[in-house]
Amino acid sequence: MYKEYETVIGLEVHVELATKTKIFCGCSTAFGAAPNTQTCPVCTGMPGSLPVLNKQVLEYAIAVGLATNCDITRYAKFDRKNYFYPDNPQNYQISQLYLPICRNGGVEIETAQGGKKIVGIHEIHMEEDAGKLIHDEWEDCSLVDYNRSGVPLIEIVSEPDMRNAEEVIAYLEKLRLVIQYLGASDCKLQEGSMRADVNLSVREVGAEAFGTRTEMKNLNSFKAITRAIEGETERQIDLMEAGESVVQETRRWDDTKGESYAMRSKEDAQDYRYFPDPDLTPISVSEEMLQEIRARQPEFRTEKMARYREEFDIPDYDIDIITGEKPLADLFEAAVALGAQPKKVSNWIMGETLRLMKEREVDASDLRFSPENLAKLIALTDTKQINSSVAKEVFEVMFEENVDPERYVDEKGLKTVNDEGALKKTIEEVIAANPQSVEDYRNGKEKAIGFLVGQTMKAMKGKADPGAVNQMLKELLQK
Amino acid sequence: MANIISDETIEYVGILAKLELSDEEKEQAKSDMGRMLDYIDKLGELDTTDVEPMSHVFRVENVFREDVVTNGDERERLLSNAPQEKDGMFVVPRTFE
Amino acid sequence: MNVIEMTAAQLSAAIREGKTTAVEAAEAVLAQIEKEDKNYNCYVTVDRDGALTQARAVQAKIEAGELTGPLAGVPVAVKDNICTEGLRTTCSSKILHNFVPTYTAEAVKNLQKAGAVILGKTNMDEFAMGSTTETSAYGPTKNPRNLEHVPGGSSGGSAAAVAADECIYAIGSDTGGSIRQPASYCGVVGMKPTYGTVSRYGLIAYGSSLDQIGPLTKDVRDCAAVLEALASHDPKDSTSVSRADKDFTAALTEDVKGLRIGIPIDYLGEGLDDEVRTAVLQAAEVLEKKGALVERFDLSLVEYAIPAYYTIAAAEASSNLERFDGIKYGYRTEEYAGLHNMYKKSRSEGFGEEVKRRIMLGSFVLSSGYYDAYYLKALKVKALIKKAFDEAFAKYDLILGPVAPTTAPKLGESLADPIQMYLGDIYTIAVNLAGLPGISVPCGQDSKGLPIGLQLIGDCFQEKKLLRAAYTYEQHAKKL
Repeated sequence: MYKEYETVIGLEVHVELATKTKIFCGCSTAFGAAPNTQTCPVCTGMPGSLPVLNKQVLEYAIAVGLATNCDITRYAKFDRKNYFYPDNPQNYQISQLYLPICRNGGVEIETAQGGKKIVGIHEIHMEEDAGKLIHDEWEDCSLVDYNRSGVPLIEIVSEPDMRNAEEVIAYLEKLRLVIQYLGASDCKLQEGSMRADVNLSVREVGAEAFGTRTEMKNLNSFKAITRAIEGETERQIDLMEAGESVVQETRRWDDTKGESYAMRSKEDAQDYRYFPDPDLTPISVSEEMLQEIRARQPEFRTEKMARYREEFDIPDYDIDIITGEKPLADLFEAAVALGAQPKKVSNWIMGETLRLMKEREVDASDLRFSPENLAKLIALTDTKQINSSVAKEVFEVMFEENVDPERYVDEKGLKTVNDEGALKKTIEEVIAANPQSVEDYRNGKEKAIGFLVGQTMKAMKGKADPGAVNQMLKELLQK
Repeated sequence: MANIISDETIEYVGILAKLELSDEEKEQAKSDMGRMLDYIDKLGELDTTDVEPMSHVFRVENVFREDVVTNGDERERLLSNAPQEKDGMFVVPRTFE
Repeated sequence: MNVIEMTAAQLSAAIREGKTTAVEAAEAVLAQIEKEDKNYNCYVTVDRDGALTQARAVQAKIEAGELTGPLAGVPVAVKDNICTEGLRTTCSSKILHNFVPTYTAEAVKNLQKAGAVILGKTNMDEFAMGSTTETSAYGPTKNPRNLEHVPGGSSGGSAAAVAADECIYAIGSDTGGSIRQPASYCGVVGMKPTYGTVSRYGLIAYGSSLDQIGPLTKDVRDCAAVLEALASHDPKDSTSVSRADKDFTAALTEDVKGLRIGIPIDYLGEGLDDEVRTAVLQAAEVLEKKGALVERFDLSLVEYAIPAYYTIAAAEASSNLERFDGIKYGYRTEEYAGLHNMYKKSRSEGFGEEVKRRIMLGSFVLSSGYYDAYYLKALKVKALIKKAFDEAFAKYDLILGPVAPTTAPKLGESLADPIQMYLGDIYTIAVNLAGLPGISVPCGQDSKGLPIGLQLIGDCFQEKKLLRAAYTYEQHAKKL
């Protein structure tokens, strides 16, 4: 008889906070700078340097904790986690072990069966990121860049409450949305501003005790997470079936090979000798500070969805998609606030925007065009100054370069010709040049008019209103 | 001596502290550490039930800085003490396989 | 009067009055270093050119009336664990043999603002771990009062430089007595301020929760003036305290009437040298005659301070010294096989014996399974010690006692037995655990002619009381 197994999964999610400066010094956190140009004595571990906490980091961490129903620790401290590695300039990481800033929270997710489930959050703590190691193929050595050293992170540690990859993805999506709505991070897995380590164990269905777990690192996409969970579940079941035991260890997932391998070395004792960092003062969270942060919490997705249903006449499906990405919701609301009709804004987002995002692999947070320009574009079509195909053409340019559609339409001469005389003249020419189609139409082949409209639009270089062309054609052909 | 430090312990602490001791140094370290721990064990005479451990001597709390960029590019200074550098970075022995 | 024998107050006055200049003063002190330092080895690095350049700049500012204080134009020696931009800072260790800081410690900047001229960097026990300045990788410093004896430590170079007139005053750091004890052994004044009074930014950490920078001077007046310049609230040091009462020189009055002084009975007990006991009690009598109320009392827990201290200091040190790994600065071993071998060889070759001993101990007491039994226990005992002092200061304004159980030991005598050496810190160490201010003032000498130090300990932020009592005693002692 086959044994039935159950996978038990807990997540450690690292989120890079969207502060301007590092957690303990005034160095910029901006991406893309030349190596080591955003460093100072503090974030490079120079002798004698000392850390001072960036207040914004604490506020973001508390805001995320409140949004995920955590208890906020009123007396928190930082601890040192000691381990030697070159990306860690002090050879200790400043983190929180004994008194993390948030504890005992949880978020609700929807399961594959359509039910709801709470995934518990064990704790959220603040810590500093490490630098970057680059392998030098030529000289067989590694190079260290400390620009990322000291970038603020929060680590969100879940309870082992998930049972499959779908639940893991749903939980991550939930966290991503909450944190994005707070503006605390852009949460991009691919770029590493959100990183998930998967703790996974397998046990027989019905068993009370957990199996031995492994921790998997280097998961850069939802696809990689799904594959890694499946791969690791299989590996652990195979071991158990073969009568071997699972070793508690950290494994690195190689997504191209579709397998993981142990990251062990006899030089890694995994004994971090945590102790309270004497260089940083304890944090005392006052009721006042909590109130202030609570008052600043934004409208989260569920509230926003309810409001959209109330205020705007757009389909639930659109609401779901638009509120599913904070930047889309921001875009929608801003364009509507500028006077554009909600339904039309929603159509532009659901149609052309999503199409181009997919086609060109652009994240919602990287959209370039402004709500002002979208509103202007909608106004241009509303007033029939351009027709819909011209509008799509202008939108594509806007999508890439955020051009002002009014100016662009003027410069390129794309406005609809509203001169009836000119239109009539062109149609008469088209009728004269296409006797066959004219005859077909008059003989009852209604479709033939489409060809004549197309010919007219072509002759007008697209700058006519197709409705008006159609109507005038019919009138002239009846004569 | 009440605290006997084993070879394994000295080996282990050497890994933690990244120190490599000669055999002679190891023997010395075992004896020194054992004696120090015997001495530190004196603290066990005190009843510290219900005593809060004091990591910070004063109640100085909530020392923060504002989220404002104050530092510029200091790379040349940063690298001025590096034993080995290349392309604006520190050179270390290869870190991954 | 010879410039090099002057106090800072006397020298700055002489410069202001045009009797000498900052440049002449620097030249005179540099000449003394040139002449004498081969005997004492007070300095690791002497910055002759830099000192003269600074002296010229300071002189111009004095003449322009921009600098008027008691430190303007006065040459100072800085302990070699305090960062000075562009000037090598070694912590007397091989591992930092070529380290040139890219920034200057806040404390030194404060002295520079007051017109100080930095002469160079003074010798110390490696990374401030030691009580004799014999653990320096650059050779021991000798006691200027008697070349066969140690100057004390870890700020032994600073204390000896003051005693040998190789500077007008110096700064050091005190983690468990490292300013007060060498001051006592060399017959100068040394003070450890309340924790948080002087910024630690730029002080290469040994035990972060215990370290404080402080002055070593020829007299109490200079001590107050230097402390006044050093003290500042530094936003770069989270543990820095904002204090309103920084006008320490205002406390220099001869008045101890009604001051309640307690002498812990345990500070006079077993292990204390008779000559030291006699000198300290005589000093207490002086203060009593001047109107202070002196009595003996039982300060509990004295014998627990050393084991608590060595646990906490070693633990913090093991972490603080992790950054010395041969990657970013300092010594890297010549040959190695891979990353971890490079770490191990660089550190094992770069650190001396005593430093390795404390790193090993510190790593052990923090390691899995031992944290609660050792480190956490020590933090609890620290809380009890702090409470014992709080109770004492409810009854007394000051605590009085010796600085060290004996006068300066002979070179080579102490290192043979580390625990014996640690026991020498018994009267100074608790002050650091409790974050208190303490001062060491010369109070005579033993039959061998070696100086004896009187220690006064105050409650937190009570430096003024300390200085007033120390000044009162010193004025009396001068008349003897």
